[in-house]
Amino acid sequence: MQISKITEEQQIADMLDWALAGKHGLTIQGAGSKAGIGRPVTTEQGLDLSGLTGVEMYEPAELVMKAKAGTKVSEIQSLLRQSEQRLAFDPPDYGPLLGGTAEAGTLGGIFSANLSGSARIKAGSARDHLLGVQGFTGRAQAFQTGSRVMKNVTGYDLCKLVAGSYGTLAIATSLTFKVLPRPEKTRTVLLYDVPLEKAQPLMNRGLSSVHDIAAAAWLPADIAATCDIEYIRGPGKSVLALKIEGPGPSAEFRCTAIREMLAGEGALEELHGHNSESFWRFVSNASAFAGNNKPLWKLSLPPANAAPFIAAIRDKAAEADYFLDWGGGLVWVQMPDGLADGGATLVRDALSGAGHATLIRGSEALRGKIAPFQPQPTAIQKINARIKDGFDPENILNPGRMYAVEEMKARV
Amino acid sequence: MLMPKPNADVLAKRDALVAGLRRIVANPEGVIDDKDDLRAFECDGLSAYRQLPMIAVLPSTVREISDILKYCQAEGVNVVPRGAGTSLSGGALPLADGVLLGLGKFNKILEIDYDNRCVVAQPGVTNLAITDAVKGDGFYYAPDPSSQIACSIGGNVAENSGGVHCLKYGLTTHNLLGIEMVTMDGEIIRLGGKHLDAEGYDLLGVMTGSEGLLGVITEVTVRILRSPEHISAQLIGFPSSEQAGDCVGKIIGAGIIPAGMEMMDRYAIHAAEEFCHAGYPLDVEALLIIELDGPEVEIAHYQTQIDAIAKDCGATVSRISETEEERMTFWAGRKAAFPAVGRISPDYMCMDGTIPRSQLPKVLKRMNELSKQYGLRVANVFHAGDGNLHPLILFDANNPGELEKCEAFGADILKLCVEVGGVLTGEHGVGIEKRDLMGEMFSEEDLKQQQRLKCAFDPGGRLNPGKVFPVLHRCAELGKMHVHNGELPFPDIPRF
Repeated sequence: MQISKITEEQQIADMLDWALAGKHGLTIQGAGSKAGIGRPVTTEQGLDLSGLTGVEMYEPAELVMKAKAGTKVSEIQSLLRQSEQRLAFDPPDYGPLLGGTAEAGTLGGIFSANLSGSARIKAGSARDHLLGVQGFTGRAQAFQTGSRVMKNVTGYDLCKLVAGSYGTLAIATSLTFKVLPRPEKTRTVLLYDVPLEKAQPLMNRGLSSVHDIAAAAWLPADIAATCDIEYIRGPGKSVLALKIEGPGPSAEFRCTAIREMLAGEGALEELHGHNSESFWRFVSNASAFAGNNKPLWKLSLPPANAAPFIAAIRDKAAEADYFLDWGGGLVWVQMPDGLADGGATLVRDALSGAGHATLIRGSEALRGKIAPFQPQPTAIQKINARIKDGFDPENILNPGRMYAVEEMKARV
Repeated sequence: MLMPKPNADVLAKRDALVAGLRRIVANPEGVIDDKDDLRAFECDGLSAYRQLPMIAVLPSTVREISDILKYCQAEGVNVVPRGAGTSLSGGALPLADGVLLGLGKFNKILEIDYDNRCVVAQPGVTNLAITDAVKGDGFYYAPDPSSQIACSIGGNVAENSGGVHCLKYGLTTHNLLGIEMVTMDGEIIRLGGKHLDAEGYDLLGVMTGSEGLLGVITEVTVRILRSPEHISAQLIGFPSSEQAGDCVGKIIGAGIIPAGMEMMDRYAIHAAEEFCHAGYPLDVEALLIIELDGPEVEIAHYQTQIDAIAKDCGATVSRISETEEERMTFWAGRKAAFPAVGRISPDYMCMDGTIPRSQLPKVLKRMNELSKQYGLRVANVFHAGDGNLHPLILFDANNPGELEKCEAFGADILKLCVEVGGVLTGEHGVGIEKRDLMGEMFSEEDLKQQQRLKCAFDPGGRLNPGKVFPVLHRCAELGKMHVHNGELPFPDIPRF
């Protein structure tokens, strides 16, 4: 594949004209750190947007920033930190998980994949923070949607479609998004040795309390053992973790209250400041599963289904590794090697129609063979196909990345 | 306000359509064709515009909705969905040749699921009824539009409703987990559920705020939150709106996101105070109501900071609610601002632009100039935290020409919002009210791209036509492609 490095928007417009005229597919990517998610895209020409960088507007008191799509998320985060602000959805960094380097991902990438970290249960998802998008559709038309203000219901919210569409509907060149204050303190209450069956009910008790828990995760002992924080790895037990944020006095008060709430459930510990932050990065980035190539699934499901779901998986694949985030609403499952479909049938059957399973990591052969994204019912896929046709009628943008081109064409 | 010309062929077969719909709807009173009975549906919350529907139907089951839509699709009849009819932008305004589809019979809460912290409800359940159903157990549903006692949750999804607490807790879209809906061709589909995030294209995301143009919502799943342990409100008065606006920016800049942050101008303060004696100071130009929630220690911590910031910004009055009753009194004035203004003027029109907060002084100044120019008074209430303005233009519809003058004034205010980097509507929707102003904010191509989304859901354009988009394009026309040249551009840009 020939890759053109884009440095200004006009180059994209011209490339799109060329692609349309000759019906050439284009691989659209930022740093390529998430190129391993989705069906393999094979085109002769690619566009690399990682050179399209820069913060165009940042107004801390208005809680808003606008930046070009190729700007690195890590750079945005450093800049926000200077004003004691942050991206509240905790953008995860799957670089190392997918065999790449850390901190390579771009803004366009994180929003196009709509990836959110542990804070998602309270702070909302990446798409919830996306206020406006400028870019091009597959019609080679410049387009914009949304705005720079927090509250906007003017016309359809096409930002929602751009988020999570993996560059198959439009090429985002500039993104405007909401930023929020960084809490003064973050703390994490740890409860050791909680069995799987009790994990979600206990997290739910926390999340249903008045203590405003910002994140809730549960790691079985073998996953906790891979964390380099002594408090997590040391005891050799499973760990349930509840995160609290806020100004000093409030964080302290809540921490005490949560410890009281969990008294009698097992041994307790606390992570403060740096340890707390690095623990939640470990969870958000699914770092426990970095460093190998086994098929890795990310499942969003009703939290109360988490334990029966895992039981169903372990029943058929005892060597599957897993942990819970989002209070049980997010289950990571790493399948053993050797399953013909990477465990796709197993995880999707175990969902029993509630939720969805995405293959986050799998060999190119596997990603070409199975559906990395949850297959949709026919009536919905018909709408998806027409949406794709409305944005990109010639299938030139990341053709086949989410769904096979032929399947989409057949349903228009 | 021009609506699409009624289709004479459809009007001519009205009796046959009534009979056809009666075959679908089991309830003998579920199909309404009597002119007097149809009167109940002639307008929504934007009562300046009225139109009798050709027929109204009140189905009781999702199957009936599906069959009604299939039937209307086959007969070439337009359909306007309606929840509680509280829209302030005319989203549920009937069409002369259309079937009005009322969802009032869908008024049951189907499931309260504390294990997954969500409620499943039929679309006609009111916003407040969801909170009422769970508050005994210490939970609530966060979005609280001021019409929450009457507005339906299905309508909230269609309009992406907000409220005074959305600065901290988000709009409907941030609290919605799933829906069941019926498309115009009668397909019943489920989007989302009790889990987070869409897989594939985020159809749930675009359905939210789609104003009844994409599908008919038949079930809603929303997340519920635990009610905060303490809530406290504070009134802060300023000698000028600029100082109040400055204070809002500095509070947020200091890292504080209050649960609510409202602002009222002098005119609104006086109207509200006369109406319900909330104890507002009358010698200030602008009043902030700031609500904090959480543990007492956090509230106290933030209140100390806010006091210092307010003083620094020139506040002349500051009062913290001592009791829950007092807190409710502080809010009573703000929540009654619309009826309070309604009492001092025969008619008023409520606008709904959002602006970048820093532009507030400029916008208020220009609005005062426009007020003089049009000779119409305007009162301002303002969701200060998120920049959502609600100017209330006072007029008397009995004076010939005054409604038109008010419309022109309102349009100028919204154009001004767009000019300073804001938007036409923050939470009330486009409907018919702002339809013809869409071109102020979007290019022709942007509007076409939005309409292509409409085509994906409703290729025949039967659902709620005449709303949101100033020009109706046929889907076939929108689908056409214009290809330019075929040369590989930029031989000079680096390739690898």
